Amino acid sequence: MKYIDEYRDGELARAIAATIAHEAVAGRTYRFMEFCGGHTHAISRYGIEDLLPSNVEMVHGPGCPVCVLPVGRIDHAIRLAMQPEITLCTYADLMRVPASGGTNLLKAKAAGADIRMIYSSLDAIQIAETEPGRQVVFFAIGFETTTPSTAMAIKIAHDKQLMNFSVFCNHVLTPSAIRAILDTATLPDAETVRVDGFVGPAHVSAVIGIQPYVGLAAEFGKPVVVAGFEPLDVMQAILMLVRQLNTDRCEVENQYIRIVTPAGNRIAQRAMTEVFDLRDSFEWRGLGELPTSALRIRDAYAQYDAERRFEIVTRSAADNPACECGDVLRGLKKPVDCKLFGTVCSPETPMGSCMVSPEGACAAQWTYGRFRTRAKAAPDRAAA
Amino acid sequence: MSSPRLRTRKLDIRTGRIDLSHGAGGRATAQLIEEIFREAFDNPYLNRGDDQAAFDVTGERMVMSTDAYVIWPLFFPGGDIGSLAVHGTINDVAMAGARPLHLAASYIIEEGFPLVDLQRIALSMGAAAKDAGVAIVTGDTKVVERGKADGVFITTTGIGVVPPGIELSGDRARPGDRVVLSGSIGDHGVAVMSKRSNLGFETELLSDSAALHGLVARMLAATGPSLRLMRDPTRGGLAATLNELAQQSRCGFLIEEAQIPVRPEVAAACELLGLDPLNVANEGKLVAVVAPEAAESLLLTMRAHPLGRYASIIGEVIEDDQRFVQMTTAFGGGRIVDWLTGEQLPRIC
Repeated sequence: MKYIDEYRDGELARAIAATIAHEAVAGRTYRFMEFCGGHTHAISRYGIEDLLPSNVEMVHGPGCPVCVLPVGRIDHAIRLAMQPEITLCTYADLMRVPASGGTNLLKAKAAGADIRMIYSSLDAIQIAETEPGRQVVFFAIGFETTTPSTAMAIKIAHDKQLMNFSVFCNHVLTPSAIRAILDTATLPDAETVRVDGFVGPAHVSAVIGIQPYVGLAAEFGKPVVVAGFEPLDVMQAILMLVRQLNTDRCEVENQYIRIVTPAGNRIAQRAMTEVFDLRDSFEWRGLGELPTSALRIRDAYAQYDAERRFEIVTRSAADNPACECGDVLRGLKKPVDCKLFGTVCSPETPMGSCMVSPEGACAAQWTYGRFRTRAKAAPDRAAA
Repeated sequence: MSSPRLRTRKLDIRTGRIDLSHGAGGRATAQLIEEIFREAFDNPYLNRGDDQAAFDVTGERMVMSTDAYVIWPLFFPGGDIGSLAVHGTINDVAMAGARPLHLAASYIIEEGFPLVDLQRIALSMGAAAKDAGVAIVTGDTKVVERGKADGVFITTTGIGVVPPGIELSGDRARPGDRVVLSGSIGDHGVAVMSKRSNLGFETELLSDSAALHGLVARMLAATGPSLRLMRDPTRGGLAATLNELAQQSRCGFLIEEAQIPVRPEVAAACELLGLDPLNVANEGKLVAVVAPEAAESLLLTMRAHPLGRYASIIGEVIEDDQRFVQMTTAFGGGRIVDWLTGEQLPRIC
């Protein structure tokens, strides 16, 4: 496929891998966090770990929108969906995310709730137009990548005076989460995550540009390379990070120049600013309450805000106590460190959200990489 | 009492719709069967008008398989629910190495369903059966109230006979055996998806829906007992089929991504929708596991048949107590090919 195959070329990959192996200084370890679930997925799906030298390690970050959505918000969505007049429209990823009491949206649907899987926020608008008797609520989640399309849906609803459409807004902000990971003061138990640099998210930067990371990189002394989602993009970004560390640089670099401009997409930014403003605080699964880390619908568009229209209060709900999703999301633990991983928690019966989305660190490890754990475990057993 | 010979007006195919009387077992049912199904399926067994078909049984081993078809949309590029219901069940019978003999078809039709669509489906089904040389010898029709079904659901049951000396089963793969795939994957699933209104993409791609028993007969003739097993990778795609076989045969698989044929249109659609072609359904492809020494000759035989023109040896059976399906990616790394979790797209067959 033109313009895709070029970025998945195995020969080029081996050439970059050889350069990384050559330039990574022996005796020094390099730990890079790929923030975004899209990168986690690419790393697992293409087997990139197999191409890296043993002293270059990837740590999976919290950039999976499904994974950071707290249980209380899913409970809230289910309570909305159970109201007889409401049709809840959602992306399919959310259907199996565990909510309180062993339920989820899929089970709520089977119990009679009108929940529909859609591919675009505009599908929800269309449903609201064709079914004027229903209150259509769009369950909006995601980072800056999906926020502009939610903003556009709200603006379209406003233009059409579509009074049976509203949005349950759960949009969150990438730079706030990176800060939370780096700023150990915000972590409840003040554990530190040793990360030497970040592979920055591709599509988020297509919207916000690379400027928002400049302050973070300087403040915490960690380089950031914004990279595309194709496997060669990721390989090249890793090489760029290795080179920055080897030359004591700490810059924000853009590997994804075919899409990302330094200033980002100003039209999308304007739409976001027009429709949304900052929440004082928002709960992230695994990271806790983070100040100014999420968006809410501005007062000017309040009539499209499902939280205000239906007055359901989100109650914070606890995760399964044995679930390590929190530490996995912060890069403190690997999926295989969790006792539940692959025992009671699998993509069929997820206990935590990292096992639900294909972009979640646990699901990626389970679906694509679990043979690798065995390969590493085997020599240990032999030694014992 | 009215005479059974009372003349009734012919069905108004063009504008008529199924109503509950068509399923009540009375004259309207008889008329529906006569004018739609018997005309479309036309064969001596069905034409006798009995509630069953009677035929001689040979001394060979018999194979029987049944499948329900609930695909939506009913008509898709390259086929419809009628042709699919013939091909799918013939293939299930053929994967045992059997020569399919007869089919039975059972229809559940929703009240209000247009007769013109029903006739189109029945004619397509009859044509598919005729092309395959397998008669639909008996059947049943039920009508349910509006909203209790979605248009039409069809169940077909097939029987066939296995030639002497052939025993294919999913538990017969052995380490070292080769895995052969008969052609490109994902065509059916993507062709169906392209017709779902909410997905909004168009393609010239056709479903691969086809009856594979002709190809199977050639394969058996060429390879004989070296052929361990066959399976058609339908729902869940190639990934699900290989995982099923790994469980049944208590082995692992190691396949090479670069050897798996995927059409550019399928690759592009999957890219756009975030799907993996390995999980997308096929309706005219098969996977064969064969002893290593017979793999090359099997491949040549398959490639000489129109339905196996793009056959490829995609990997081999390996020892693995954890029964993983592993793949060397075209990129050069390794990964697992897992079952699909949840459903990628509902009602694909």
